[in-house]
Amino acid sequence: MSRHGDFAASLRLEANKQLPMGQPLQAAMAPPHVTIALDQGSGSSACPVVARGDRVYAGSTLGRSEREDCAAVHSPVAGVVVEIDTRAVPAGTGLCITVENDGSNRPDPALAPIPDYSALSPRDLLERFRNAGIAGLGGAAFPTATKLGSARQQTTAHLILNGAECEPWICCDDALMREKAADILYGARAMMHVAGANRCTVAIEDDKPEALQAIQAALKSAPEGFELATLPSLYPSGAERQLITALTGQEVPSSGLPTDLGIVCQNVGTAAAIARFLQTGEPLVRRVVTVTGSGIAQPANLEAYIGSPITSLIERCGGYRGRPRRLIEGGSMMGRALESDTVPITKATNCIFAATDADLVARDQAAACIRCGDCAQACPAGLLPQELHRAARVDDGPKLDSLGIEDCILCGCCDYVCPSRIPLTEQFRAARLAVRRHRADQLRAAEAKQRFERHESRLQAQAEAERRAFEEARRRARANPN
Amino acid sequence: MNLPALLPAVIVAGTLALLMGGALGWAALRLRPNEDRLVLEIDALLPQTQCGQCLYPGCTPYARAIARHEADIDRCPPGGDATIKALAQLLGREPRPLDPEYGENKAPSIAFIDEQRCIGCALCLPACPVDAITGASRFMHTVIAAQCTGCELCLPPCPVDCIEIRPRRNDALPTARSQAA
Repeated sequence: MSRHGDFAASLRLEANKQLPMGQPLQAAMAPPHVTIALDQGSGSSACPVVARGDRVYAGSTLGRSEREDCAAVHSPVAGVVVEIDTRAVPAGTGLCITVENDGSNRPDPALAPIPDYSALSPRDLLERFRNAGIAGLGGAAFPTATKLGSARQQTTAHLILNGAECEPWICCDDALMREKAADILYGARAMMHVAGANRCTVAIEDDKPEALQAIQAALKSAPEGFELATLPSLYPSGAERQLITALTGQEVPSSGLPTDLGIVCQNVGTAAAIARFLQTGEPLVRRVVTVTGSGIAQPANLEAYIGSPITSLIERCGGYRGRPRRLIEGGSMMGRALESDTVPITKATNCIFAATDADLVARDQAAACIRCGDCAQACPAGLLPQELHRAARVDDGPKLDSLGIEDCILCGCCDYVCPSRIPLTEQFRAARLAVRRHRADQLRAAEAKQRFERHESRLQAQAEAERRAFEEARRRARANPN
Repeated sequence: MNLPALLPAVIVAGTLALLMGGALGWAALRLRPNEDRLVLEIDALLPQTQCGQCLYPGCTPYARAIARHEADIDRCPPGGDATIKALAQLLGREPRPLDPEYGENKAPSIAFIDEQRCIGCALCLPACPVDAITGASRFMHTVIAAQCTGCELCLPPCPVDCIEIRPRRNDALPTARSQAA
């Protein structure tokens, strides 16, 4: 086991993870209806491959996509597709497929376990991961096949399994590591096979002794190349780039990807999902969710089917206690406030946090920036939040770009330390979107200009050719009038 | 009056005036601000919709007209206030509201062909300034959504009115990283 030092910039936060960890991990329960969002959180939508009224089995494909940034979605239950419509999802609204559970739980006959993954070529296995909708369960829901595929194209030697789970309140990975350590390592081996990696580091924060023990025990029977790394429990050690820097001392280039360093990073939950897929043939239809906060009667970690309404998860935890002030998807730092508890969970939902006033820091009216520079000290991405703030206030896109808004990981550290209580992260989220939109418009404009110029020159050439043909004909007609 | 005493001053002043006038005249001819470069800079700020709502046949001609002070900067409806602001900044002029005579700023949109009603007349193909419609005579036409600028120039030639303008869906946005990759 190796220990790794402090981060350049990070915060020591109250973890608040003890409540759910008192309960064992609860097995999944199928609700009467599941609502599967076609965009599971990666920002790109799958196309439905079923119609209203179709019968589906547990594990049947509901939607797929040719796009690299979109994973296939599957039905977690057997039943009938009752509706395909736009509904509220954690990220706002989106097209969803609703399946009514018939209770039979019959698995799709096409699903079959893969007893020996090493018999398949990495390319073949990658395709199966893609079809099984395996996506990053750390919160981004980015298709694992795409990430591993791009790792394969470069020489990637090192797989990092991210079990740091640095954000307060969230402990689903902790619970998973305690109970499914062997599965996680099995999934990791399959991922190493696909990415062509020969080393694997499991990174865990030192505030999870049980998880560390469980993984260490499982590592005894693991082949060569596996190691366990302990990180100090600092926020945001679990962010991909920050984790890589902490473990290897190398920094991922701003415009590059971890694969540029020969590294690919995956969440432990993703590894467990791959193990489940290989062992049972079941695509990604369930995940572990932490349901916590002072507003929950019995906080716990639950295994839940993707598409279950949040109310069904809260009921399994004994319902609300008192009147929670706010319902949040995710943790206290990066979470997103939900407008209603009827929205379905997605592959990106790692935590449901029902916060009461006791959990929330009272937020006064934001005061003016006093240019203290605390935010720059706290920024784990090494940015200058106060300068970003100034540029964002006047919508200065080029300035935001040059200050590195794209490198902002929206971790919320600057917010946390700001003595003026300026909602910086919120501002940066909007600014980043605006910068990207502007960039998209510019790309589109450049292409349109090129196409317009080609169109014009073609029309001109055509007109010229017609004129010449006409003159030629006239000359000939003059030459021999008959 | 002592004319001879004034003479050197007159000669010096006159020579200076001639020299400076010559230099200015030469500079006006030889060191003229590069109009082409200015046109390119203006063009880069225009949305490249090629819709012709400014009454110039495309964005580049409008950029040229602006550079020559033939047209004002408030004529581009697809660009809207953002484009006017950027142009004003580039040219050192005061931003002004969009002239409603040339149209109004709408949400980004694209053309959509109702394939059931399309008769394959091919009239919309040359009308599209960015060649975003595919098809051939007596074959079904369709719009390449990614290339369409929503200029609406395909609407007038269509004899069966089977083209409609729909809001453009926001696809995944490119990041600096995805561009680099």
